Amino acid sequence: MDIALVYLLLIVFGILVYVLLDGFSLGVGILSPLLKNRDNKAIAMKSLSHIWDSNQTWLVFGGVVLFVGFPIVYSFVLSNLYLPIILMLVALIFRGVAFEFRFKADRSQAWWDLSFSLGSIIATFCQGLILGALVGDMSSTKTLDDPVDWLTPFSITTGFALLSGYGLLGACWLVRKTEASLQVVAKKLALKLLFLMLAFFVVVSIWMLVDQPAVAERWLSFPGSLVLLPLPLLSFFFSYRLWSVLREEQEPGLKPLGYAMGLFMTAFAGLVVGVFPYIIPGRLTIWEAIAPDKTVYFTLVGILIFVPVVITYNIYLYRTFSGKTSMKDGY
Amino acid sequence: MFDLFATLPDTAMLSRMQFAFTISYHIMFPTITIGLSLYLAFMEGMWLKTQKPVYLQQVKFWMKPFAITFGMGVVSGVVLSYEFGTNFSKFSEVVGPVLAPLLAYEVLTAFFMEAGFLGIMLFGWNKVSPKVHFAATCIVALGTVMSSFWILAANSWMHTPAGYEIVNGQFQVTSWLEVIFNPSFPYRLSHMLLASFLSASLLFAGVNAYYLLKGTNKEFAKVGFSTSMFVILILTPVQMLVGDFHGLNVAEHQPVKLAAMEGLWKTEKGAALRLFAIPDQENETNHFEILIPKAASFLITHDVNGEIPGLDQVEEKDRPQVAVVFTAFRVMIGLGGLMLLLGLSGAVARYKKRLFDFKPLLYLSVAMIPAGVIATLAGWYVVEVGRQPWLVQGLVRTADVISPLPAATVAFTLALFVVVYSSLFVTYIYFIRKLILKGPPSLDEVQASLINPLLDGHDDLPATLNPAQVDIGYSQELSEYLNKQDQHKQDKGEK
Repeated sequence: MDIALVYLLLIVFGILVYVLLDGFSLGVGILSPLLKNRDNKAIAMKSLSHIWDSNQTWLVFGGVVLFVGFPIVYSFVLSNLYLPIILMLVALIFRGVAFEFRFKADRSQAWWDLSFSLGSIIATFCQGLILGALVGDMSSTKTLDDPVDWLTPFSITTGFALLSGYGLLGACWLVRKTEASLQVVAKKLALKLLFLMLAFFVVVSIWMLVDQPAVAERWLSFPGSLVLLPLPLLSFFFSYRLWSVLREEQEPGLKPLGYAMGLFMTAFAGLVVGVFPYIIPGRLTIWEAIAPDKTVYFTLVGILIFVPVVITYNIYLYRTFSGKTSMKDGY
Repeated sequence: MFDLFATLPDTAMLSRMQFAFTISYHIMFPTITIGLSLYLAFMEGMWLKTQKPVYLQQVKFWMKPFAITFGMGVVSGVVLSYEFGTNFSKFSEVVGPVLAPLLAYEVLTAFFMEAGFLGIMLFGWNKVSPKVHFAATCIVALGTVMSSFWILAANSWMHTPAGYEIVNGQFQVTSWLEVIFNPSFPYRLSHMLLASFLSASLLFAGVNAYYLLKGTNKEFAKVGFSTSMFVILILTPVQMLVGDFHGLNVAEHQPVKLAAMEGLWKTEKGAALRLFAIPDQENETNHFEILIPKAASFLITHDVNGEIPGLDQVEEKDRPQVAVVFTAFRVMIGLGGLMLLLGLSGAVARYKKRLFDFKPLLYLSVAMIPAGVIATLAGWYVVEVGRQPWLVQGLVRTADVISPLPAATVAFTLALFVVVYSSLFVTYIYFIRKLILKGPPSLDEVQASLINPLLDGHDDLPATLNPAQVDIGYSQELSEYLNKQDQHKQDKGEK
């Protein structure tokens, strides 16, 4: 198989896992201000204390795989999107340290709740900006020397879209990890966010189809559209299942999170399909950007050995802490 | 009007300052956690082996400062993995094919492991068996060491590049073994690992000395103080020896850096060792020198009349900032001397059976809590500033590979990092201080915390913990707890 394609798939995989896992962690932070009383906020945060670090590591994984496979893209994207990236990293610092300090603090708990939620919100918004900047820029005839315009109406829209999406994942995570009144709140939030996210989903899709002939060409031409038809159908199915399971009375367990992740995956797949084979949309294809053979094969060996191991012990980790979160959890 | 932007340094300087600041900040935390994780693994292993609760008390106490420090390391480390691209885009493009895989292996074999098993280590006490928990602690410790392995391989390669060829202006690898095990790597790795063990030992010794001085938590403090003083006594001389080998390696591969470390402007035979001086880059000379004649030549060439190439071996534009390298080197060596003194005083006090009550030793230990971290930072300034103006020694100039960003943008983010990091550092110290003042949990608390509240009964508990078999020496709290467990069991039986 074509090594450039393999690396594209690896990066897509890395980003997807990051978005799904840190997506719900950041989502909990986004929703934290809506949980009103301090105990609820504490429980919501405690449900993540053992895994936020693992989840965030996928961001570093995505970054280094990009660095290995497509160094030119790594350097282009990071230097062109300098400010949103640095702001995202600083926001992630506030989010991360909140986990350590919140439960050792006495008087400053409210500040760490704020640090947790504000950090999560800004980091998510920046990720949305970055996504929108890269995808929204693709129809132009720019070269690698032109700067990327990252603050546009489109990128701001994708920023808010991602806030609603991560919020949905976070709410579904809370449905799984909490009980009683907090779970009821989480279910209600998840329902609202589902509709909000779908609205953004439709707006962003139409915007791309109208604004970018290359995307419209791929999605609306025959027989291409027939091959791609399962994607919108699947997202409709996941949305419907999520909607109905959230309205049921009994304990939904992991189902809402599963359907919400399914919805995310179809949206993500749709995005990748629209952009392929570009790695910097509109400017550089994967074959132009791939790193030298010695570099990519050496790293591929490590990825093929260790990623399955990482996934195995992460599953073990989730199973070890699979119950509902209680106020007593901690160290 | 006064133009603020006109006074800014250029982008290259600002990017260098930002990287130097963020990496200096980051390195303090791993320096502590690498050593501390090994202490934790050791103490937990001792607990499993001897079942003496005092070891478990050590683990339970040190886990908290460890967790905070680890967290600070994680959040400040993520920044670095992106900063190569944001601020040194050309560098990532040109050198990426060599360095990126090393970072990828660091993520695969260290970051994921540390992050995952830290969760078990901190929160898994009542969810996994003691053996699995011990395994998690060991894996976290292994992860921290693996992480240093890869990151120091990458760093060493920038000092002593090997196993590469340059194709169309981009570096490509010819041999991965040569890239990883490049000439300075073994010295740098061992020097850094030892620095980390020593830094953690000094923290350990200082905190325990504080308890001994205050007269609280005495039994707890004795175990920690005795262990760490022993480690300092053994490791300081070993570190000095490794440092000496590392220095000879620098003399061989980076003679300009060595000349800067020695403050040697002109190539000399029988060069003197400068104990103190204020180097003057412009006039290429030193002020206020204090010398030991011929000593530098003797130390480096093992011949009193040996020749050491001075800074004049290269043009002015190829020299580092001598004052920084020269001073940082002396700070590191000076602190190393103090560590040796501390270790030896500890040995004497132990011999005289006064290890735990010889006050000057205890005060010295407290004062030296930050000595390891400061010496480590100073050492890094020697090697990194000493390599300038090169990013990859002799091949890539720092100024040529920075991202073409507006100076004002980098100035803004640098200011942001300074403000955020400084306030976080104050917060970090505040919480560490709070944990230390609070002291370790009592032995009863430690034992009670071990009992799984989900267990229906406690017939299988070790005899020492079972109040049915032991009737003295237990606190009210623990007895009440166990009685409640009994009650709970009976209630269940009735249903």
